[in-house]
Amino acid sequence: MPFDHRSAPVESQLSDKEIVMRHFIDLYLHIPDGFLSTPIALVGWVIMVVLVAAALRQTRGQLGDKQVPLMGVLAAFIFAAQAINFPVAGGTSGHLLGGTLAAIILGPWAAVLIMTSVVAVQAFIFQDGGLLALGFNVVNMGILTAFTGHLTYQLLKRLLGEGRISVLIAGAVGAWLSVMVGAVATAIELALSGASPLGVALPAMAGVHILIGLGEALITVGALAFIYATRRDLLNIGEAAPGKAGAGWVAVGLGIALAAAVFSPLASGDPDGLNRVAADLGFDGRALDPVYEIFSGYSIPFITEGNVSKIVAVGVGTFVVFGIAFFAARLQKRASA
Amino acid sequence: MLHIDLADHARHGSSRVHRLDPRVKVIATLLFILTASLLPSGAWLSFVFLFLATLVVASQTGLGITYALRRSFVALPFALAAITLPFTVPGPAIAQFGPLTLSADGTIRFLSLLIKSWLSVQIALMMTATTAFADLLWALRELRVPRPLISIVSFMYRYMFVLADESLRLTRARASRSAAGAGRTGGGLIWRGKVAGGLVGNLALRAFERSERVYNAMLARGFQGELKTLTPPALTDTDRNTLVGWVTFLAMVGLMGFIF
Repeated sequence: MPFDHRSAPVESQLSDKEIVMRHFIDLYLHIPDGFLSTPIALVGWVIMVVLVAAALRQTRGQLGDKQVPLMGVLAAFIFAAQAINFPVAGGTSGHLLGGTLAAIILGPWAAVLIMTSVVAVQAFIFQDGGLLALGFNVVNMGILTAFTGHLTYQLLKRLLGEGRISVLIAGAVGAWLSVMVGAVATAIELALSGASPLGVALPAMAGVHILIGLGEALITVGALAFIYATRRDLLNIGEAAPGKAGAGWVAVGLGIALAAAVFSPLASGDPDGLNRVAADLGFDGRALDPVYEIFSGYSIPFITEGNVSKIVAVGVGTFVVFGIAFFAARLQKRASA
Repeated sequence: MLHIDLADHARHGSSRVHRLDPRVKVIATLLFILTASLLPSGAWLSFVFLFLATLVVASQTGLGITYALRRSFVALPFALAAITLPFTVPGPAIAQFGPLTLSADGTIRFLSLLIKSWLSVQIALMMTATTAFADLLWALRELRVPRPLISIVSFMYRYMFVLADESLRLTRARASRSAAGAGRTGGGLIWRGKVAGGLVGNLALRAFERSERVYNAMLARGFQGELKTLTPPALTDTDRNTLVGWVTFLAMVGLMGFIF
């Protein structure tokens, strides 16, 4: 095989229980497969493919052939930095997501690449987050955090002026906001998939992430303070990164999409289940208007006959697919021969 | 304490599944997850067939049938995100818990979601376990994932363990200069966060400087911006037949789910 850097087989030192516990800790933004409906998941893939392609072009222009080693090592850095944690309370610990820190140091497009690599490796090796759900996991944890963090940081720095305090405040607000935006987006995607009513998912995700975002802000500030004290020049790379105008448009577009997604279910006026729960619990007066389904119950209308026709349908369908797969394989064989 | 499990998740072996072309494994895994995702709620028969398929694959991996089963509960904590479904989806009531009504439709949708998630994790786990990461990257590149992205991820994979070691050294140093009693940690929350942040900043600088050294070393060895790779071997007949069989099986399961 072309890449020859297989590491020696190391048996896992964690027990199965510890691995499961790790996922309790890392519950937050990694959506597993099954929770997003197929159309929603595919939308996520499309957004990811378009923006990652743009990010590849932008950073290629900016970094040239330095792109691969720099992005690769810094993606490894974010991965390792996520392992540095600090005790918060009751056995839980805070740690970094990293999108904002990467965007401040290297600019938004580089941060998109770095976070995409991190999230993809987590999905493919550690099963942190699903493969079909990878699109929106990258959007939530990589693309949204990078652009939110970058824009907030730049805007606040322009308002607050130069200096250490302004860098730290801008970094803190950017880090907190980026986590919140990622969490809100996750809640919306789950609601659009019919996995959780928006009226439940949104307050729950946002509520938890108010605190997680504070942890993110604390660590980002600590890291920025350290870099500011030792290698202040690095903090200017992100500001000199080209494609910032493009970044602004992307952020505006993502913002509009997010707003539309939040308001469309609210505007649909579809009476639904949460209202019933609200009525059951006696607070229907101030209930939101959540469950929003694109595909509510699948049905194939023209098939209404008995079991015989169903079996025939399965048989015919299977035969057709087998035929297509078989001939596709034959064609591919001829092409590669 | 590191919370990431840094062991190589690929298990070496020479089973039938190990020997399959990595491209076939990636496509087969994605199609399986796509099928599970497309199935309507309550397609129990199809779920059973998909589960049987995971058992058959597991028996062919040589890792033991329970390998993926034991690890497949990793996605379950996320079920919390959907826990309200049985109470919010309208449908005939099947039980009453105080003020909350458990609806049949909601319960079916919740259970289906959990099953889909659980099946998808199992098949993904087995793909990871039977494919070396380098082969996985190679397969993704052959499947038209942009080359620079693949190069970046392969670099990341090389240095991930190096930098995780760096972060281990940093956290060990922090532990050895800080006194701690059982269940007690010193300093305020903000101070602790700042210390962790300092470690992250330190790690960032080490990573940045390392990337400069790596780049210079690559230049010195004649790097011209492109990683050289070999041409792919053709798929064998076994690969081809496995894929055709798998696709046909999944199509059958999918059709069954929609029609019955």
